[in-house]
Amino acid sequence: MKYVDSTQVHKKMGSRLFANNLAKTLFFLATLFGLVVLVILIYRVLADGLGWINFDFLTNRLSTDPERAGIWGAILGTLWLMLVVAPVTMILGVGTAIYLEEYAAKGRISSFIKTNISNLAGVPSVVFGILGLTVFARALDLGSVVLAGGLTMALLVLPVVVVASQEAIRAVPQFLREASYGMGATKWQTIKNVVLPASLPGILTGVILALSRAIGETAPLVVIGIPALLIPVPDGIFDKFTILPVQIYYWTIDSALVAEYANLAAATIVILLIVLFAMNSIAIMIRNKFQKRF
Amino acid sequence: MKGVLHLAKSAVHGNNKKLNVREIIQEKKKSRSVNNVTEKLIPKILFGIAAISVLTTIGIVLTLLTETIAFFKDVPFIDFFTGTKLKPLGENAVFGVVPLLTGTIISSAIAMLVAIPIGLMTAIFLSEYASEKLRRMLKPLLEILAGIPTIVYGFFAFTFVTPILRSIIPGLEPTNILSPGIVMGIMIIPMVASLSEDAMSSVPNAMREGALALGATKLEVTWKVVVPAAISGIIASFVLGISRAIGETMIVTIASGSSKNFTFDVTQSMQTMTAYIVEVTGGEAAAGTTLYYSLYAVAMTLFVFTLIMNLIAQYISRRFREEY
Repeated sequence: MKYVDSTQVHKKMGSRLFANNLAKTLFFLATLFGLVVLVILIYRVLADGLGWINFDFLTNRLSTDPERAGIWGAILGTLWLMLVVAPVTMILGVGTAIYLEEYAAKGRISSFIKTNISNLAGVPSVVFGILGLTVFARALDLGSVVLAGGLTMALLVLPVVVVASQEAIRAVPQFLREASYGMGATKWQTIKNVVLPASLPGILTGVILALSRAIGETAPLVVIGIPALLIPVPDGIFDKFTILPVQIYYWTIDSALVAEYANLAAATIVILLIVLFAMNSIAIMIRNKFQKRF
Repeated sequence: MKGVLHLAKSAVHGNNKKLNVREIIQEKKKSRSVNNVTEKLIPKILFGIAAISVLTTIGIVLTLLTETIAFFKDVPFIDFFTGTKLKPLGENAVFGVVPLLTGTIISSAIAMLVAIPIGLMTAIFLSEYASEKLRRMLKPLLEILAGIPTIVYGFFAFTFVTPILRSIIPGLEPTNILSPGIVMGIMIIPMVASLSEDAMSSVPNAMREGALALGATKLEVTWKVVVPAAISGIIASFVLGISRAIGETMIVTIASGSSKNFTFDVTQSMQTMTAYIVEVTGGEAAAGTTLYYSLYAVAMTLFVFTLIMNLIAQYISRRFREEY
């Protein structure tokens, strides 16, 4: 006598296995959805913009005439902006990470700073724009110049650098520090000569990722007040400026008036995506090549 | 070290400087005291640097708060939060934030209708079904999707998604809340997917194997064991996604226009809180006017909204985390 009726089992299993296979297909299609959108997005941007990219487009100044308009000002503006953001965010981010990981006693103050940083990471970028507008552009009376925008951006991406640096510093094994102390080095000497060099690849990766976030960020700078058509190019950190994403923004909203502006926006997006792709590749390369496993 | 070496040298070579032991000790002490000063100074400097992040938060709260208080002197608190009419320009300006709130909530709701199911299914596929090789190929591609600047999504919504939707839905306006909502959802998919996947991957294999041994199919294991075990992380990822959608600026600014009508019709143009901030600052509102202060009141509302969402997410993932 059989205790298990196998025909019944098969009957029941059949529908369950069918549901499983159906679900698997569904989950796979959902995963593909994001990738298909990515492909369409990149295809659209290339189709609209690639034909408009040439030497003149890169080196011309802005113009209302789509045939003559170029993004030289936006490229220079982006470079100047990064020249402010990179050192400021690196000093602040790495300093905070060293303090939290090496000096701060595990207590209220350090957990308060940590909570604060994770909440800061969740503040919408447009609110940072308001902070920049109120404090840097108006209260310090800098105006909407590179320095004001750069300081705002540096604060915006600070959490990225802090978290990445903290992880990199934490990954330095304790025995390296102990060896350094054993040789008679002081705490700061140990940090300066042992911990920082060992965690540098991780820190640099974090800084580059933070910069690539800053390069693509639009809202805070629009809020600080970047003019739609800025023809002079910036020569320093106290000049008015525009950057690639802001230029994309103005060309996109004006494309309802002049259809070619959509092509200019697409062409600028291509340039922006190339820059971002290059930066991310460098970050991944640094991480893979120089990161030591202890 | 140097001192000792010097001593040894002078002993051997008969020395030109004639340092005696006492002088060497003095010299050593001096350099040590310099070291001591740095050792004491560095932590203080670093603390000062770490405090800047706290100062940033204080700065944000203070600037928002002072100007918001000034705003509520002009416009009563109740009128602002219950007013369904927003007409910030011209004479008889009316400041009711409800149209902006509905715009924000509706666009975020559309975004989450896209991001939650697709993001969760992606996470399930990556964590439960995909082979290691496939996962290693798919994850970086999703990271690319996450790394695309929001302005690019805005361009995509305005020049691609809206025209397609308009050919499907007649009567859809050139600027509407539906298209940016959907694109915002697509933007949030990678975030929901990767956070949920992290939560599901940390469910121990023993639990899966136990269920499989009882005869459950993979779908049943996923749905009845893995997802319930990882639910805190999954819900936290949804809440963070909502917070991201509320704070998202450029997509809605570009693709949803600046109509301030109070409506629930998704085919119409609606303005979100973020888009309002961009519009008002872009117009260079003169400091001291009610229009200028309204900027801060709206920003304060936005800040409180996202802060609450982030705190909820932190609370859920801390409070309901199951440790295995």
